[in-house]
Amino acid sequence: MLRIRRFEERCVELYSASKIRGFVHLYIGEEAVAVGVNAALSPEDAVVSTYREHGHALARGLPPEAIMAEMYGRTTGCSGGRGGSMHLFDVSRRFYGGSAIVAGGLPPAAGLALADRLRGLPRVTCCFFGDGAFAEGEFHETANLAALWDLPLLLVCENNLYAMGTALAREHAQTDLAMRAASYGMPAWAVDGMDVEAVAQAARRAVEGIRAGTGPHFLELRTYRFRAHSMYDPDRYRDKAEIERWKSRDPIGRLTERMRDDGEPVDEELARIERRIADEIDHAVDAAERAPEEPVEDLLRHVTSARAGEVNRQ
Amino acid sequence: MSTAGTQETTTYREALREALREAMRSDDRVFLMGEDVGRYGGCFGVSLGLLEEFGPDRVRDTPLSESAFVGAGIGAALAGMRPIVEIMTVNFSLLALDQILNNAATLLHMSGGQLPVPLVIRMTTGAGRQLAAQHSHSLESFYAHIPGIRVLAPATLEDARHMLAPALADPDPVVIFEHGSLYNASGPLAPQAASVDLDHAAVRRPGDAVSLITYGGSLPKMFAAADELAADGVDAEVVDLRTLRPLDAGTVAASVARTHRAVVVDEAWRTGSVAAELSARLAEESFYELDAPVERVCGAEVPIPYARRLEEAALPQTAGIVAAAHRAVG
Repeated sequence: MLRIRRFEERCVELYSASKIRGFVHLYIGEEAVAVGVNAALSPEDAVVSTYREHGHALARGLPPEAIMAEMYGRTTGCSGGRGGSMHLFDVSRRFYGGSAIVAGGLPPAAGLALADRLRGLPRVTCCFFGDGAFAEGEFHETANLAALWDLPLLLVCENNLYAMGTALAREHAQTDLAMRAASYGMPAWAVDGMDVEAVAQAARRAVEGIRAGTGPHFLELRTYRFRAHSMYDPDRYRDKAEIERWKSRDPIGRLTERMRDDGEPVDEELARIERRIADEIDHAVDAAERAPEEPVEDLLRHVTSARAGEVNRQ
Repeated sequence: MSTAGTQETTTYREALREALREAMRSDDRVFLMGEDVGRYGGCFGVSLGLLEEFGPDRVRDTPLSESAFVGAGIGAALAGMRPIVEIMTVNFSLLALDQILNNAATLLHMSGGQLPVPLVIRMTTGAGRQLAAQHSHSLESFYAHIPGIRVLAPATLEDARHMLAPALADPDPVVIFEHGSLYNASGPLAPQAASVDLDHAAVRRPGDAVSLITYGGSLPKMFAAADELAADGVDAEVVDLRTLRPLDAGTVAASVARTHRAVVVDEAWRTGSVAAELSARLAEESFYELDAPVERVCGAEVPIPYARRLEEAALPQTAGIVAAAHRAVG
């Protein structure tokens, strides 16, 4: 969680310094979701993500330098500089993006799960999406398909109460998302998304159920982003008191306090982790600064794979 | 299919079915999914009998959820399967256009080459059966506009039978348009025809007076027009594009270099059509070969009407093609 937090805080600095550009959607405040859910997954499982995916990618084990280089648009980035902040991919870690079309990752996630089911592989596909995606038809089409076909799919709705600037109650006639997901005949729970242990426990229970062959499961993780929707967002639609109220439930702070209460030597440990993470991020930024940019002659690479490396057919 | 060396009469529908059967027999990663492909036997009867042969896992009926099942095809392709997704008509494919454009066509590039999507999508297109506007449009140009996908339009029995195998072998998404009026077309099909070259257009009938260029469902009208023109002493060359992306402008240019006149026929609306793209290519690359302006015979700019007379008037017809060719020849 600390790695995600510090990585993104550095992203803010780099964005302000115009080192990285484009849309940057920060995950600060939601770290418990990515970390808790990933703790329940194995390397063979697949993860499909959204445009707010730095946290998912780091929790999945993508190296910070590969992500930072991607933000810099360098060839050493995890998507070769073609994706940027919203489109992180790492096929070696079965990390399938990085979709910036709200709910656009849901149908392919069902397909990844379908492939595993057809081949009898005991793997799980985990798809992250937000409460905004829950309003899209693709969520409902996918939930129906997954339940109908008993697909090994973990649907993780990060309910941070806002779809861009639109509050949950202004986008949903019925705001109990877990209840609505349950109507497709799948187990569905609402969980405190600010509590990493509660998230991990719920995710483990869901993944065990999926591996046991009981079809898709749904988790609604109630969370909050402490920052605006993106770096462009003036955040006029939220009450300051509301933001402060949620910040008092900071998942990192809560875990630290709990460990302290349990008598663990948390402060020395934290200081050590902080130093290591700072070094790691310094290194990632330094490597990204020095990494090469792809030559413009390679512009048409990766449009089709038949002639990858050459100019593609038109 | 039949004894080697003999020709068997078949239909376009049966040729497509045989291609599907061969694909599923030869590769257990291949499966077919779409609305009514299983128990119903395919909305147009193409997959009739395949459920019995391959079972419900591999001939998979889907809900009416174009976006979900096309997207599921993308995910299955990413995971190493070779899905063939059937969409009932191109009109309905618009519900899945987000998945096709923003995911299937884009993931390879956006991932820096990590995520090829070996997906085949089949759909019907075209008018001529009085199905009115929401079942009759020709939107091939929408798809031909998109980098990252291959767009095929089999117009002959041979292409219907033999385009699927190379389409499945393509590591990238392939969209195949089957014109609804061709399903009942029948004729002889060589049992061991050469495999189809997806990169090149085909000269279906040689001639030296004018190049008639088209694809898909308009090809039979082109042959009829060429017959009429021959009776008038005009020796027309018929070029079948077959692949709308990547467009083989080279074969077209070579034909025009022989005939010096071009008539492009496209059932789609003229504005922004494949015919528009081809005409632009000819203007760019074959300007000095042309002895007359490029003629275009396209669909009228109207949603396709139900009434037979109006529908016929909205579509390219043989008489209009013949007239355009005569104008070009002068």
